[in-house]
Amino acid sequence: MDVVKIRVEEEDGKIAELEAPTDMALNLMEVLKGSGYPVLATCGGMALCATCHVQVKEGFDQVGEPATDDEWAMLDTLYNLTDESRLACQIKIDDNCDNILVKHLGDE
Amino acid sequence: MRPEKQMMIQTDICIIGAGPVGLFAVFEAGLLGMRCHLVDVLPQAGGQLTEIYPKKPIYDIPGYPEVLAGDLVKEQLKQIDPFKPTWSLGQKAVKMERRGETDFVTFTSEGEEIHSKVLVIAGGLGVFEPRKPPIPNIEAYEGKGIEYMVKDPETFRGKKLVLAGGGDSALDWAVFLSDLASELTLVHRTKRFRGAPDSVEKVFKLAEEGKMRLLLDSNVTELKGDGRLDHIVVTNKEGWPEHIETDYFIPLFGLKPELGPLADWGLDIEDNAIKVNNALDYQTNVDGVYAIGDINTYPGKLKLILCGYHEAALMAQSAWKKINPDKKFNLKYTTVNGVNGF
Repeated sequence: MDVVKIRVEEEDGKIAELEAPTDMALNLMEVLKGSGYPVLATCGGMALCATCHVQVKEGFDQVGEPATDDEWAMLDTLYNLTDESRLACQIKIDDNCDNILVKHLGDE
Repeated sequence: MRPEKQMMIQTDICIIGAGPVGLFAVFEAGLLGMRCHLVDVLPQAGGQLTEIYPKKPIYDIPGYPEVLAGDLVKEQLKQIDPFKPTWSLGQKAVKMERRGETDFVTFTSEGEEIHSKVLVIAGGLGVFEPRKPPIPNIEAYEGKGIEYMVKDPETFRGKKLVLAGGGDSALDWAVFLSDLASELTLVHRTKRFRGAPDSVEKVFKLAEEGKMRLLLDSNVTELKGDGRLDHIVVTNKEGWPEHIETDYFIPLFGLKPELGPLADWGLDIEDNAIKVNNALDYQTNVDGVYAIGDINTYPGKLKLILCGYHEAALMAQSAWKKINPDKKFNLKYTTVNGVNGF
């Protein structure tokens, strides 16, 4: 598969659909930011801030649990942590991302 | 009474931020005969590279196929040694005054005053400040029952405490303070902790022994008290509120990179970054104040160390012209002139 579909739940509850190529070594933070979502990505993708914090509302198991201690450490400090929280910068865009539903929560 | 520490420093360029770009700015300024003083909130030079990822390899520094972040900083310090920079480390730049065309004063959190001809902000991600949870009225209780960090544990001896957060710092402080406090409650948003297994185990053990209360799947949602905090409301996943009497609420939701005090210095700011004139010299909207490296923004900005180095070079020649308005600028190559230190 060269392109996956990613669904994004927006502020007003509407669901937008994005297409993301799987062969460009992108991560979900880059896709969201590039599509105009207000992801500051202050740290540039090193799991040092949580501005790209998302809830993977559908497909959390599909994309897998956080792989690194750095990501866990950052997620665990968040007030708006959910059971399906991830840092979008740590989710690689590959076939596992097809049709997932995410919501950008940020670091508030 | 001890007199307050007062130190006045005179230099050509005051650089806020001692990361790789701030350090290279010292080199570029030094080549042009300008002296630099660096201010950084961290206790050592190198910024994120030494504080956060000293052992991570970097692959896009020209001439280094691979270099560890910590090693790059060491080499940069060696490179600027001939220019004898001076330092205010472990200090936050809290205030800036522009007193004239080439007359700036930067005040630090430790009471130092740095007088310089131009000011360069190379602050990277900014300063890491405690992340404040979005609970209504939280600001009103700051210092009146709300503390974002534990400065002196003795403050909390014999007091009722509520801590919130699930990271290592929340776990470690909960364990430590459970000994001092008369009552301690730890509130965490989910059921699991991913901190150091040792700390997690201790927290559960203390909860079992009744030395601390653990409220999982819960969040602090309200703060109450007349002038001073006296109780908080914790709401669990099912939406049930519980009122808990407390002397202090200590939210420990990690640190967040912020622009910090310099956000109030009259600089044009966009998306947490300082806008600069990149076509010319990386000056901000305030004449004589430059911003270089990750902290600035302009159309086409790339947050790369090597881009910051380029910005430092252009800033230095512009600063030289500003400081020496009557002299003609000549670009000099190190291959021709070498490095002439101070």
